[in-house]
Amino acid sequence: MATPAAPSDAGTPLLELHGISKRFGAVQALTDVQFDVRAGEVVALVGDNGAGKSTLIKVIAGIYRADSGTIRWQGREVSIATPNDSAALGIATVYQDLALCDNLDVVANLFLGHELATPRGALGVIDEVTMERRAVEVLRRLSVKIPSVRIPIAALSGGQRQSVAVARSVIGDNKVVLLDEPTAALGVAQTREVLDLIHQLRGQGLGVVLISHNLVDVFTVADRITVLRLGRWVGTFEASATGREQLVGFMTGAVSATAAVYRAPAAPPGPGTAP
Amino acid sequence: MSSTLEHDPRLIAEPTGLRGVLGEYRRRIRSGDIGQLPVIVSLIAIGAIFQVSSDGRFLRPFNLVNLTLQMAAGGTISVGIVLVLLLGEIDLSAGVVSGMCAAIMAVLSVNVGLPAPLAIGLALVAGAGIGGLQGFWTTQFGIPSFVVTLAGLSAWGGGVLQVLGRTGTINLRDSLITSLAGTFFTGPAAYGFAALFIAYVALGPLITRRRNRAAGLAVPPLPSVAIRAVVVSGAVVGATIVLDSDRGISSGLLFLVGAVIAMDFVLRRVRLGRMIYAIGGNAEAARRAGIPVQRVRILVFVLCSLFAAWGGILGASRLLAVNQSAGQGQVLLNAIAAAVIGGVSLFGGRGSMWAALLGTMVIQSISNGMDLLSLSSGIKFMVTGGVLVSTVTIDAVLRRSRATPAR
Repeated sequence: MATPAAPSDAGTPLLELHGISKRFGAVQALTDVQFDVRAGEVVALVGDNGAGKSTLIKVIAGIYRADSGTIRWQGREVSIATPNDSAALGIATVYQDLALCDNLDVVANLFLGHELATPRGALGVIDEVTMERRAVEVLRRLSVKIPSVRIPIAALSGGQRQSVAVARSVIGDNKVVLLDEPTAALGVAQTREVLDLIHQLRGQGLGVVLISHNLVDVFTVADRITVLRLGRWVGTFEASATGREQLVGFMTGAVSATAAVYRAPAAPPGPGTAP
Repeated sequence: MSSTLEHDPRLIAEPTGLRGVLGEYRRRIRSGDIGQLPVIVSLIAIGAIFQVSSDGRFLRPFNLVNLTLQMAAGGTISVGIVLVLLLGEIDLSAGVVSGMCAAIMAVLSVNVGLPAPLAIGLALVAGAGIGGLQGFWTTQFGIPSFVVTLAGLSAWGGGVLQVLGRTGTINLRDSLITSLAGTFFTGPAAYGFAALFIAYVALGPLITRRRNRAAGLAVPPLPSVAIRAVVVSGAVVGATIVLDSDRGISSGLLFLVGAVIAMDFVLRRVRLGRMIYAIGGNAEAARRAGIPVQRVRILVFVLCSLFAAWGGILGASRLLAVNQSAGQGQVLLNAIAAAVIGGVSLFGGRGSMWAALLGTMVIQSISNGMDLLSLSSGIKFMVTGGVLVSTVTIDAVLRRSRATPAR
């Protein structure tokens, strides 16, 4: 953990957003926002309350549709109009409220809505054996510690629940995972677990987008940090080259014009991208 | 994937032997997941109390066969109620729908003169249609199912009177209809059915355990599965011997047990069942996981009314008549009480299909025992109420104790 890995090779980002704007009635929630995330990289999305973080995440998740701007998936322009569009691309969203079924066990939650059928496949009979094996495999790969994969979610701690919610995005063969305030409700040890898990996700080659208020968490796991302020894109910065005071300055607007200096060289990148 | 998976000891704790069994039980009781234990305990208590107070008449084979006949209709209605409760919804119209569909069958068979299978089939279609309408209304307009089915309780109750018309009572004569609930199986046939039941309930878990172990998964300790299998098999064989010494196993009981097993399989092993539990546990999470929440809800309301209709038909078959009181009074209360006594949560997502069978057994045992003692209906209703409230209290207390250590 001590070595903040350098951003992966500057290939085509998995997900790129350019010039995204979104307006709700009289409120301009997002204005000309740039954002991108690559495989095997953690990008934190920070900003004060009302900066537009949640709106941007919801645009990516397909809950809101941007008024203008382009979204590229692996270099190809796509439109994300519904949550299903987003899921079909391979974007998983882990919401703050986790959206787990407390009464079902860990395996059932990991595969909820995507249960595997038995080889004979008749009548929609669920293949519990394969599901459980894959669940155990994924949880071990992510070093998630839970007492058993067959106990109901209700019996797990907050950190374990968060881990299960995140692991679900790995089960689904996703490429980008959006985490909305994953550590907000957790204690110190549990936060540690979830941050470890985020490292694991990056190690698996996923692109991780982390929304967080907690700058300690952000500096612990993020490779790059995108700052929003009042719905505008302030800049995207290398975490290793940015100080905490500076970041707070960008978030509050105390520091602004020098942003470009810290901007990651590859931030609005790519072949064929209009300036 | 390799054929066996090594277990990370931190991930899966797998205690074995007797200590594992006890530990597992302790954990489950502490977590509020006590399964069928309270119902079985209260069944034994009820049996003992009535056996003593009725001078040994309660557990006589003759009376126990009567009990199975009394269970068929209400238990079948309860199967549908359990499904609806698991969703976190309620169907207050199930009782009168059972009466209405029985009335439709009676009118079609006796007054119109349709062949029995057609009359039964159309009555079931009517039931499904009613369920579909109520489910559609609930989901489409976002009205609580309590209100929609309360309206149904009134409307379909009126429907019974309208369908029966001025005669008020229709006596059933068709031999297929009258033999539906009261055909008896004895000897090899009875033991054959008992063997099938044991295969599903007792051997099923053993086979699953072996399969999981072969796949390298963590499995419950063998003693806990084996003890359960032995106890269940013993109880079933004992019951079969007793019933067989009188008239035998009634078709009504077979239909009820068949419905329970079929729906238990759906709930535990089929995607539809997983969806029902998920919606009952957290409908929003289910929606985000891509489950067609509204379609599943409508389907479950259809199933509930379908089982209500079938229960009404079985009830009519036993009474050999349909009258204006069909499906009124205690029918609905008993069906819901049975589900709740059997451990199904009114808040959705918790409970099993066996509640319909075991809960109905409790309710009907009380009713039957009180009749043996020639107690008045008033006392019967009061005792039923008392049993209901005490079971729900146990459930509530366990839920509270579960809520604390969870987080």
